[in-house]
Amino acid sequence: MSSDLESLYQDIILDHAKRRVGQGPLEPSSDASSVAASSATGESHQLNPICGDEITLRVWLAESRIERVVWQGAGCAISMASASVLTELVSGGTRDEMMEQLDRFRELMRSRGTIVPDEEILGDAAAFAGVSRFPARVKCAMLAWVALEEAVLAANS
Amino acid sequence: MPILSAPSHPLSNDEVSRIRNDFPLLSSEMNGRPLIYLDSGATSQNPVSVLEAEQEYYEQRNAAVHRGAHTLAVEATDAYEAARTTVASFIGASPEEIVFTSNATEALNLVAYSLSNASLGLGGADARPYALGPGDSIVVTEMEHHANLIPWQELAARTGASLRFIPVDDDGALRLEEAASVIDGSTRLLAFTHASNVLGTINPVEELVSLARGVGALTVLDACQSVPHLPVDVAALDVDFMAFSGHKMLGPTGIGALYGKSKHLHAMPPFLTGGSMITTVTMERAEYLPPPARFEAGTQRISQAVALGSAVNYLVETGMDRIEEWERLLGERLVVGLEQIDGVRVLGPRAGQPRIGLAAFDVDGVHSHDVGQFLDSRGIAVRVGHHCAQPLHRRLGLTASTRASTYLYNTTDEVDAFLAAVADVRSFFGASA
Repeated sequence: MSSDLESLYQDIILDHAKRRVGQGPLEPSSDASSVAASSATGESHQLNPICGDEITLRVWLAESRIERVVWQGAGCAISMASASVLTELVSGGTRDEMMEQLDRFRELMRSRGTIVPDEEILGDAAAFAGVSRFPARVKCAMLAWVALEEAVLAANS
Repeated sequence: MPILSAPSHPLSNDEVSRIRNDFPLLSSEMNGRPLIYLDSGATSQNPVSVLEAEQEYYEQRNAAVHRGAHTLAVEATDAYEAARTTVASFIGASPEEIVFTSNATEALNLVAYSLSNASLGLGGADARPYALGPGDSIVVTEMEHHANLIPWQELAARTGASLRFIPVDDDGALRLEEAASVIDGSTRLLAFTHASNVLGTINPVEELVSLARGVGALTVLDACQSVPHLPVDVAALDVDFMAFSGHKMLGPTGIGALYGKSKHLHAMPPFLTGGSMITTVTMERAEYLPPPARFEAGTQRISQAVALGSAVNYLVETGMDRIEEWERLLGERLVVGLEQIDGVRVLGPRAGQPRIGLAAFDVDGVHSHDVGQFLDSRGIAVRVGHHCAQPLHRRLGLTASTRASTYLYNTTDEVDAFLAAVADVRSFFGASA
């Protein structure tokens, strides 16, 4: 199999596409014990009309810290893995750290393969570097991140 | 015009190999592999003769048609009208029944907007029978391409008519027993596809036309997936309107056609208006030319029409009967092969049942985008997504599928290479049991 294909579908991505960290019911009551009563919450629904991939993501913030992310979605391996990796990466971090990660990820996705990702900042999300060489798939990888950004804005408003 | 004729023996892989030499793009490589193009249902590739016809037009005849007294203008007009005659004779119509459009979508919108204008009272007494209003119904099917659905949704919204549909069953076949009750005395128009771009089904035109005719409804046939692949005689089908696209039948993009029965086109008001479609214009109003000119406002797609004429000649010389039979073989090979692969569900008719040369399928546990990406890495081009038929996918319990579609230039070896690749998809993505 071509190395291009394997650079796109890294093992980390295929693994996350199946594990789907954070996928679950969007209602806060289902796991209320892990969420502080004082937390703010926001939700976002994103759809890629080209392929029908969609995600609904909810985030809980407490004092600028991302307490919890849950999402429900249907889509390709890239979009589902991206949601899973993102959940692992940003949970427990601060809002500012998350914004930095989002900026770096977006920059990576727009790079057409010209950027070497910073694994210190992006963690497992660095595995998506290969996606940037497939412009048709960048939107798949970005879907959950766009939902996260919108959900955080909604939580703060 | 020369009389073209095709050989009578069936197409074979040997002959298809020679046909392939006429298509420059088919000899290219994709991702280090020989290209296997199985996306002709979306757009077909072009033979050299078509590309040369377009270039020759620009090099030797380019001028505005239907205006100007100079020789070039006459030659350009002749070339444009010869293309109309070629396309008309290909589907068994008269040239004045063919309106060139930019694509099938525009052709369908032309009918919808003309009826909409008639509903506003435009077009005078002749157009009155084409007016729709509250209490009237428009009927489509659940398997329509968005191009043959949304224009009718919009027409219903503009006129107050209701939109109904003939449902499909779990296998995607039209529930004809329900068609007879969906189509009733309120029905003014029935729009349906000849061959489904997702299922590959060939719909029973005669039966549906007869139901529509029984209640006095107009019929509109989406022939995008039939005219390129099967012999189509529009007079025998007896539909009122038929739309098809040039780029799906070896022609260039930017050209399509609407067939309309002469009596309708003569009575209906124009859609797009402007130059080239009028007789007398004052500051207050305008008189319109008879069809087809009435529906061809502005400078037309002349080089594209000429190239489409050349594409039709290529198809006629190859033989539509032979193309239909060859693609029937390829379609059957696709379905039989796909049905044997674990975790693959073919949409539409089972093996052994009639279908055109295409097969859409779902791979259990792998999204169609990923299937398409995997196949692309082996040089195989297929369509992924909802194929502009979201309601049909939803009905079949899917959001997307993968589709392989053939044409006269595909070999059985290509189908086999495609099947071998599909068989590897689930293990690559770890979806196998």
